[in-house]
Amino acid sequence: MRQFVSTLALIAVLLCAGVALAAEPILVGTTTSTADTGLLDNLAPKILKDTGLDMRWIAVGTGKALEHGKNCDVDVLMVHAPGAEKKFIEEGHGISRTEFMFNDFVIVGPVKDPAHIKGKSAADTLKTIAAAKAPFASRGDDSGTHKLEKTLWKGAGLAVPDKDSWYIQVGQGMLATLRIAAERGAYTVTDRGTWIAYEAKDHGKSGLVILSEGDGALRNQYSIILLAPKCSKIKHEAAKKLQAWFVSKAGQKAIADFKLEGKQLFTPNAK
Amino acid sequence: MDFFSEGFAKAVALILALDPETFSAVWATAGVTALALFASLALGLPLGFGLGYFRFPGRRAARLFVDWMLSLPTVVIGLIVYGLISSRGPLGEWGLLFTVPGMALGLTLLGLPIIISMTATAVETTDTRLTQTLLSLGADRWQMLIATLVEARFAMALAAASAFGRIVSEVGIAMMVGGNIKWHTRTITTAIALETGKGEFATGIALGVILMLVALAVNLLVGLLRRRAA
Repeated sequence: MRQFVSTLALIAVLLCAGVALAAEPILVGTTTSTADTGLLDNLAPKILKDTGLDMRWIAVGTGKALEHGKNCDVDVLMVHAPGAEKKFIEEGHGISRTEFMFNDFVIVGPVKDPAHIKGKSAADTLKTIAAAKAPFASRGDDSGTHKLEKTLWKGAGLAVPDKDSWYIQVGQGMLATLRIAAERGAYTVTDRGTWIAYEAKDHGKSGLVILSEGDGALRNQYSIILLAPKCSKIKHEAAKKLQAWFVSKAGQKAIADFKLEGKQLFTPNAK
Repeated sequence: MDFFSEGFAKAVALILALDPETFSAVWATAGVTALALFASLALGLPLGFGLGYFRFPGRRAARLFVDWMLSLPTVVIGLIVYGLISSRGPLGEWGLLFTVPGMALGLTLLGLPIIISMTATAVETTDTRLTQTLLSLGADRWQMLIATLVEARFAMALAAASAFGRIVSEVGIAMMVGGNIKWHTRTITTAIALETGKGEFATGIALGVILMLVALAVNLLVGLLRRRAA
């Protein structure tokens, strides 16, 4: 009997070793900004080499990504909406939230800047736009960027201009929203990563330029969230391994090294 | 709008270069379409035949239901299937979400009403003289059934072609249930949606051209088989 048990144990150990050697798929629920900019495409091979994890991702708005996390449909989350993330953890859907990189948001608008917002703070910018009733394109999709935009309105002491005709609620990804803003001569809030990718594609001839940047309210923090144990089927160990890679020296360097059109898109800031 | 010509040129370039990303999407599309079409036919042909051939109580209600389901929006099918196969859904155990079989399940729900409805119509409208002639020749029930089946075969092929067209070009279910995962569940249509979202209109057109070429190849093949059979 004892021999039987030890044989079983040996087989188990061998099986585990076999699994460790083969690339283990891990499904990340993430946002359009990490995928559309090409960051994940760039990091995936490095992650495979360093950890043996075959990273795959579902890129949707942060709201939907969190919903996928709640339903245990992904192994780990990589999102950027601190407020919603904290609520997600308080409600018991996640066990930890690790900040690992940031980029920032910028307010872009038509070159002519009809509402004269250039150089203003984020709050003043929105007040000016609202007073001028200048067209403003909103993501309108409950994404991280949309959530940030709503906090900006709040910070300016204004209600979200939901029903106003100059407030265009797009309901699509960031690049689509930028294109619509360019077509309609509207202002919009975008993460800098997507902005650089967008500008690079249109060779700077898009008709939109950065008009307000650098305000503390415009910082865009990305975090990795490990899901609660109630998700019994997902790969908790692999998720921890992936999280560890992102905050490791190698991971942080890979993030800093990722450049588009010669510009660094994300700044690593794991503690 | 120079992205049209650019798109066509890019389609040729992608095909000639055997671009791995494009072909991965082509194979995902082919796999998911084949699975969904096969399941729709396996379930839909017998059900459609039964619905058109036999007279039973509740038949008209069943017929109405099937025709009604033809209008079910694909986004709603996507949501329903997501709810069913999500880890916390009733079929979560099967681990189908964000996989090719999961997408095929959703697309089967799309194809099934088309096959059932068109097959039922085909069987209902087979020449009534056929039945009378067969009866007068003393055919038994089985011989009648087989004869009707043979008579309706082209109409059933048309049903299959219609379902194929719907399934291969679907994007809502594929996006919601498949998740558009690169190298795995990214089909040609979800890739087009992604590229369009990224502002890569030419690449979107190129992929559209490739999808239409795949569909043309399938239709040519079916045409060939039909001519052989006739």
